[in-house]
Amino acid sequence: MNFDYSDDQKMLKDEARKFLDAKCPVTVVRGVLDDDTRHYDEALWRGVAEQGWLGAAIPEQYGGLGLGHVELCALAEELGRAVAPIPFASTVYFVAEALMLLGSEAQKAKWLPKIASGEVIGAFATSEGPGPVTSTSIRTSVVGNRITGTKIPVTDGNIANLLVVLAKDGLYLVEGPVESEVLTTLDPTRSAARVTFADNDCERLGDEDGLSAMSQVFDRAAVLLAFEQLGGADRALEMAKAYALDRQAFGRPIAGYQAIKHKLADIYVKNEIARSNAYYGAWALNAGAAELPLAAATARVAASEAYWFASKENIQTHGGIGFTWEADPQLHYRRSRQLSLVAGAPSTWRERLVTQLEQRNAA
Amino acid sequence: MDFNDTPEEAAYRTRARDWLESNVAEHKAQGHADDMAAARAWQARKAAAGYAQITWPKEWGGGGGTPIQSVIFGQEEAKHPVQYGYFTIGLGMCVPTVMAFADQATKERFVGPALRGEEIWSQLFSEPAGGSDVAAIRTRAVRDGDDWVVNGQKVWTSGAHYSDYGILLVRTNPDVPKHKGLTMFWLDLRSPGVEIRPIHQMSGGSNFNEVYFTDVRIPDAQRLGEVDAGWKVALVTLMNERLAVGGGGGAGPKEILKLAREIDAAEGTLLQEPAFRQKLADWWVQSEGLRNTRMRTITALSRGQTPGPESSIGKIIAANQLQDIGNSAVEAEDQFGIIADPALAPLKGLFQSAVMNAPGLRIAGGTDEILKNIIAERVLGLPGEIRTDKDAAFKDLKA
Repeated sequence: MNFDYSDDQKMLKDEARKFLDAKCPVTVVRGVLDDDTRHYDEALWRGVAEQGWLGAAIPEQYGGLGLGHVELCALAEELGRAVAPIPFASTVYFVAEALMLLGSEAQKAKWLPKIASGEVIGAFATSEGPGPVTSTSIRTSVVGNRITGTKIPVTDGNIANLLVVLAKDGLYLVEGPVESEVLTTLDPTRSAARVTFADNDCERLGDEDGLSAMSQVFDRAAVLLAFEQLGGADRALEMAKAYALDRQAFGRPIAGYQAIKHKLADIYVKNEIARSNAYYGAWALNAGAAELPLAAATARVAASEAYWFASKENIQTHGGIGFTWEADPQLHYRRSRQLSLVAGAPSTWRERLVTQLEQRNAA
Repeated sequence: MDFNDTPEEAAYRTRARDWLESNVAEHKAQGHADDMAAARAWQARKAAAGYAQITWPKEWGGGGGTPIQSVIFGQEEAKHPVQYGYFTIGLGMCVPTVMAFADQATKERFVGPALRGEEIWSQLFSEPAGGSDVAAIRTRAVRDGDDWVVNGQKVWTSGAHYSDYGILLVRTNPDVPKHKGLTMFWLDLRSPGVEIRPIHQMSGGSNFNEVYFTDVRIPDAQRLGEVDAGWKVALVTLMNERLAVGGGGGAGPKEILKLAREIDAAEGTLLQEPAFRQKLADWWVQSEGLRNTRMRTITALSRGQTPGPESSIGKIIAANQLQDIGNSAVEAEDQFGIIADPALAPLKGLFQSAVMNAPGLRIAGGTDEILKNIIAERVLGLPGEIRTDKDAAFKDLKA
């Protein structure tokens, strides 16, 4: 038993933090936030590709680094901390994972090297309207090898050149660019679009029915997203702490007031619970354990709750300044919403979690 | 990250499992007069096999094992209906303090009997004036030749009514600030002048006591640590306390899931109600988070790191969750929920008992509020509370 990163993994994480401190300061995040015409930071994307991070968990035979998923989790934690404005999650956690899990040899050989090199940006298109994705909510259909339908919202759908699309009878690969319209969203540092397929070419990905295939991809992405959320939650706590120690009121730092101390202790407790559950999820993902669906749901619910709480109480701790556009707490507040919803809402995951518990008990 | 046993750990688990199976069977077959007799017999059996305190050195009767082996044995032991709660405070907090500060002869006299369950220890710290503020205690010891004469009162002393010995924190110097005038002793709880009165709790039981001292004589040879340096000794005990206290008392997500399958709701069972399912998921997330946080602590221990005040998380979460689950279950039972009779209430009244015991758990071993201060100050490095009594002599403090 070992419930921590290895020394090598810690070293990778430290290097990643140094890289992101240099290449993804808050000015880079704001460069995307403040400019409606920019949907991600191209220079950071190229830098991350050069580091090999896009292919961290992709086997060497497909142009990746062939590290494990725990290493990818360590990178995700740092990307979340930095609020990195790049389509990393869409490309790596969703599309690359979907290809590795479900793809044919030919599909893997064709796409994974391009993902690892940064040549391809991916998007995972599932939602078609408000509410959880269910068998009745999907209208997108495929006839022969042509796909028709509208997906909204699709994170990175406007910049993707490879989309994995949920249709009525399964998952399909669609080469981009596709017809899209950029949407106004809660987190402009991660773009999203309405994507329309009008008889586009497509290729079946895996044999399974759509919802089951989507679920399996979501389980994997949920663990990786949990690490981004954890990184963001830790950073929000650090920001709140630094401000509370600096800001004076009634003759002393506000960090000395028990109301603030207990608030920050509450954030810490939620973050640690999220970290412990995320570690368990990382193990289950990396080991291909049968526990993955339950571990992923547990990690996702814990991380969503922790990041939401940390990001909102970070603004509260900053007082009036925290509500300004100039102050940075909003970056985490926005990102916490994006990450909590992109693979299905926490309430949907709580339901998935209990379904797992029921099945487990029946078995 | 590897949540599976290593081959060595798996082998240890198999040995522990086999030992438990045959020994629990023999233990049950013996037939014991009462709960305490059964607990003592089980403890003696574990001590003989080196399973009583797995991480203690073999020379002291321990198992000479690792923290992870201790966790593995605990996981396996929890599957059997055996009793060992009487010894937790003594072996977890008091005896380690004695081992750290007493002379060789004292250690040789007491460690073995405690380990075998022959003698039980209590921790005499809290007082009416000093609960969370442990150093505010007023029980006084005055030097008289080779003895000290103790007068005063302790309270919330777990298990004193069945204990043999105790470690006692007293004030020996009121002329210095409160942390600087304390001294620690060990004592025989049957000494003349010691009076133990059980406290009737709101939950109905009597696990705690008031302990009164009237001219109790304690030889100076029973002192642990230097005169007036008792605070340092107490901190060693308290560090161990937060590792030992915890435990949700069995009313967890699995138990309420069992209840929810059996209780009828508007449509189907309670388990089919969306609002209940959402809460169940959150309880699961917390208890799993806690379980895995403990494993992270064990990993740190096994790497030679000292467990920090981070372990305060465990008690905050476990105690609050026990209260929440207990109350949700009782409410789910609707009108029937007020019945606490184990013969009638679902799961033998487990949830009713949880509701009534949880308030105590949120207080014992540090209140939620004190534990949050500890996290804020010692983990996050935020400023300490304003302490107007810090530099004043104890005798000048307001009562």
